[in-house]
Amino acid sequence: MGTVEIVTNDDRGAPIEIGGLVKTFGKVRALDGLDLTVERGEVHGFLGPNGSGKSTTIRVLLGLLRKDSGEVRLFGGDPWRDAAELHRRLAYVPGDVNLWPNLTGGQAIDLLGRLRGGLDEKRRAELIERFELDPTKKGRSYSKGNRQKVALVAALSADVELLVLDEPTSGLDPLMEAVFQEYVDRFREQGHTVLLSSHILAEVERLCDRVTIIRSGTRVESGTLADLRHLTRTSISAELASPPEALRTLPDVHDLVIEGNRARFEVETTGLDAALDTLQAAGVRSLTSQPPTLEELFLRHYGDRIEDVDEQEPVAR
Amino acid sequence: MTGTWLLLRTFLRRDRWLYVSWTIGITLLYYSQAVSVDGLYATQAEFDRAAASMDNNVAFIAMAGPARALDTIGGQVTWQSTAFGAICVGLMSMFIIGRHTRAEEESGRDELVRAAAIGRLAPMTAALKDALLANLVVGVFVAASLASYPLELADSIALGLGLTLCGWVFTGTALIAAQLTASTRSMYGIAGTVIGVAYVLRAIGDVGSPALTWLSPIGWYQGMHAFSGLRWWPALLLLAGAAVSTLAAYAVFQRRDIGSGVLAARPGPDRAGAGLRGPLGLAWHLQRASVIGWTAGLFLMGLAYGSIGNDVGDLVGDSETSQDLFLQGSSDLVDGFYATSLLMLSLIACGFAISSALRPRGEEEGGRLESLLATALRRRDWLLGHVTVTVLGALVVLTASGLGLGVGYALVTGESGAVDQFLLPLLSYVAPVLVLAAVAWLLVGLNPRLGTLAWVPLVLAVVVMFFGDLLQLPQWLQDLSPFEHLALVPAEDFRWAPFVGLAVVAAAISIAGQVAFARRDIR
Repeated sequence: MGTVEIVTNDDRGAPIEIGGLVKTFGKVRALDGLDLTVERGEVHGFLGPNGSGKSTTIRVLLGLLRKDSGEVRLFGGDPWRDAAELHRRLAYVPGDVNLWPNLTGGQAIDLLGRLRGGLDEKRRAELIERFELDPTKKGRSYSKGNRQKVALVAALSADVELLVLDEPTSGLDPLMEAVFQEYVDRFREQGHTVLLSSHILAEVERLCDRVTIIRSGTRVESGTLADLRHLTRTSISAELASPPEALRTLPDVHDLVIEGNRARFEVETTGLDAALDTLQAAGVRSLTSQPPTLEELFLRHYGDRIEDVDEQEPVAR
Repeated sequence: MTGTWLLLRTFLRRDRWLYVSWTIGITLLYYSQAVSVDGLYATQAEFDRAAASMDNNVAFIAMAGPARALDTIGGQVTWQSTAFGAICVGLMSMFIIGRHTRAEEESGRDELVRAAAIGRLAPMTAALKDALLANLVVGVFVAASLASYPLELADSIALGLGLTLCGWVFTGTALIAAQLTASTRSMYGIAGTVIGVAYVLRAIGDVGSPALTWLSPIGWYQGMHAFSGLRWWPALLLLAGAAVSTLAAYAVFQRRDIGSGVLAARPGPDRAGAGLRGPLGLAWHLQRASVIGWTAGLFLMGLAYGSIGNDVGDLVGDSETSQDLFLQGSSDLVDGFYATSLLMLSLIACGFAISSALRPRGEEEGGRLESLLATALRRRDWLLGHVTVTVLGALVVLTASGLGLGVGYALVTGESGAVDQFLLPLLSYVAPVLVLAAVAWLLVGLNPRLGTLAWVPLVLAVVVMFFGDLLQLPQWLQDLSPFEHLALVPAEDFRWAPFVGLAVVAAAISIAGQVAFARRDIR
């Protein structure tokens, strides 16, 4: 792909480098010294609860908002000053896709593609088919999910080296989510980079190499998913042949409730083996396990004392 | 029909301001005619002279209706108000029906309501009753205001009743339109077309082929001949029309699924045409409907002013206030009248220019700008695309109104040079028009929330023009209106200095706005 040459010529560093970024809206400090680095060739998960500053970060990164202070580098350039040039190399899918009421989806895809400097015709046709999108409908008659598909087709059919995706699947059904994930995987295989903001931990786990977690405009965790394993607990509920009293002795099991032959508990990743052994010993009749949600994770690890945590150990990793 | 009353109560609550504004507006439309006709002509002789000149003016008849008893106040009120009054109640009915039926259905709120203990017909019936009631209120106020003027009681009641019934017919046709398409916009398109066709049918009918007039509910309304040999039977036609259209709408409703229209949505193109490329192509694509609409509207308005020809003197009468308004300090009444017409047309053209200049704000607040600026499109290029469309559009709209004025005048007087005489001076008004557009760009450039203030300078310009001397506004305030500085052609000779000055001001403010926009956060 032609773009690769340009990349090696003018910058070798990380496509996205943000350090100490501050952005205020009046008295509200939306971003408070945020750090974020996205390396070339990785899919980087950008996690945080609603209102934590994910979209603000992305909008500063795209030159839509002006930073108050801090460093922001996009492909080594200044995203405010050189917005248009830098944007030739990326495609963006906003969290809330708004289309022109009297343009069809197909027209919107072409318009965005042309403004970006061209799109891959073959991939455009393929994506429209895979996403089962009707490109002849007017923007005003699309549902939220379909508007999102229009933006995704436009972004994924562009010849770019960076995708910036702001909660791109919040309106998609699971089938379409799988299509989306497939294309993100393909994009990464070509050596390209993705910044994926989300508040769904499962999506991030499925797609991302590294993750940055933010809260209240500040980074609280950053690292590979393996690094963050310690943060995750699995919820298990099981029906057993006999009461699994032995669970009470395991150190990594929390919030245990045993009612007769039923048990509900949460277990840390390190304690999964021991817990499952214990259940098996009691004779498993049925078992459901649930991955932790981001909300639970936040509640458990940062609780209400997030500010204290930040002060004691600023940026854990 | 369970729940109809409950729904109707909430509709009425949501519509209360709609009721107030439409009622005041339409009542004033009728009542102000009585007042102004009364004030315009000091003596009956003058009145007769004006009436005689209107009697044979084909353009006026096409615009307003059959010329009957124009030498009486009642006759003038009927003539000047009924066609536009009927259009107004038509639009009111269309919006009331639309917002409570098709718009609710399109947004999905209707589904929520229907999930409750509500009869299948309840939402539609409540909307119908709402619209019927609104028309009744308007009719009562019109009748009461005219009777209190005082005009003859029976004829005043006939004008009000006919208006209500006319609104009921358009309520029925709007209700049919709401069954036909799945989109509210298309529904308004269909219902609006019905009103337009009704107006045009009676226009052609009144000018030459009376049979066509009897195909139009507006024709039936005017066929009641209020204040000129009143007859009641055309009201029965209106009543029948309202009943038939409403029953038809119910019949169609019973045969369709909720959420869909009878007509399938027309698919659009799956690829963008060659024109939809770059900021200018996009801005034109988004604004062209508005440019075309304003161009057509101002051409017709120019045509109407122009077709008054040289009869201005008869129309205006000798009373002092009307002379003041039209003469604008000129010694020649015809020149003074056309100088005022040019000014009025350019003030109306500001409606286009300001709304067009606010279009970028609409794109920003609609959240569509974000996606555009995340491409290789520069901020300033994007805005410049819209600015270009506004500037060229203002020129086109002014040209159309100048052509209309010239063509209308030439048709009536046979002076073919009239087009040149009006077109060039009207084009010079592009400078003050663009000053107002530039103010809009500056406000939005600073902060999109300020955009609405862009209408304030237009209000100021209108007030200064019509009431500046009457209210004895201080000179500095009058000078703030950019329209106060150009020479009043044809009453005065054209002067370059103020035109160039205003053009420079417009350019400077517009550049300031674009610079401000390039430096601020996108919402």
